[in-house]
Amino acid sequence: MELTYREWWALIHGVVLGGLFLLAFAGGLAELYALRPAVETPSGLRTSARRIGVGITSMAVVAWATVITGTWVVYPWYRDPAEDSPRSTLLADESTELWHTFGMEWKEHIAWISPILATVAAFLVLYYGQALARNNRLRYVTIVVFVVAFAVAAVAGLFGALITKAAPVT
Amino acid sequence: MSTPDRTPDMRPAGAVESSTPVHVKERPEGPAAAALLAAGIGVAALGLVTTVAAASETVNDWLRLSESVGPLSGKTIFAVVVWLVAWAVLHPLLRRSRLSGTVLVITAVLVLIGVIGTFPIFFEAFAPE
Repeated sequence: MELTYREWWALIHGVVLGGLFLLAFAGGLAELYALRPAVETPSGLRTSARRIGVGITSMAVVAWATVITGTWVVYPWYRDPAEDSPRSTLLADESTELWHTFGMEWKEHIAWISPILATVAAFLVLYYGQALARNNRLRYVTIVVFVVAFAVAAVAGLFGALITKAAPVT
Repeated sequence: MSTPDRTPDMRPAGAVESSTPVHVKERPEGPAAAALLAAGIGVAALGLVTTVAAASETVNDWLRLSESVGPLSGKTIFAVVVWLVAWAVLHPLLRRSRLSGTVLVITAVLVLIGVIGTFPIFFEAFAPE
């Protein structure tokens, strides 16, 4: 049950960081949705706004860590010119080449949209705080930005998991 | 007769109703508009540079800032720099403005450009034969 150095990094990138971001999304979304005077008392709104700020900021940091480790640590091993690299393995067989030409090509680019949008969501929550509770439009915009950040991360995560299954970094 | 310490519903006597509104400092919507537009510009930049890199071998080579990462290194650094510069420029310009519907639409269109531009079927259509 030993993991190689590269497998450890692939695990950190995909399961620890990427997984953490995707799992924390549900809680962040629920908190943002409930940040309303009809649902919470004034002191509750203050506490919630602070908690959401910490939570979404942490998620933005995790999103950046995910794409940076993915691009600068794991990806070079994936695309190594050697014949037995994951990329070479996928491209060598017609039945698997789409995992690279479509799957990885999409994943490696779209993933970078997530931390940019997550940072915007974090900024909106930190800057406006509990004022989001009274500005429905701004709160809904924050929610939409947050959801889109999650959606693109989910695409990247899904293809990452499937590509790892087809040709893991070892 | 002594004053009870608590009212019949068990709150301390003289307690403020928990539903009393607390003054929240209103902040202008301009910074939100700037952050959203800048993000849209950054995402669109990623989509555009990905598509241009697919169409031009020269651009693709310029973007190869790291041999091990390949052109993705240049594409992502470019997009992040464009995003941050746009934010730094737009924040002071828009600080006193409203978050209008126009800003939201423009942001949405820019993000859509970025998503489409990073979709392999789209950008590979521009690759030379």
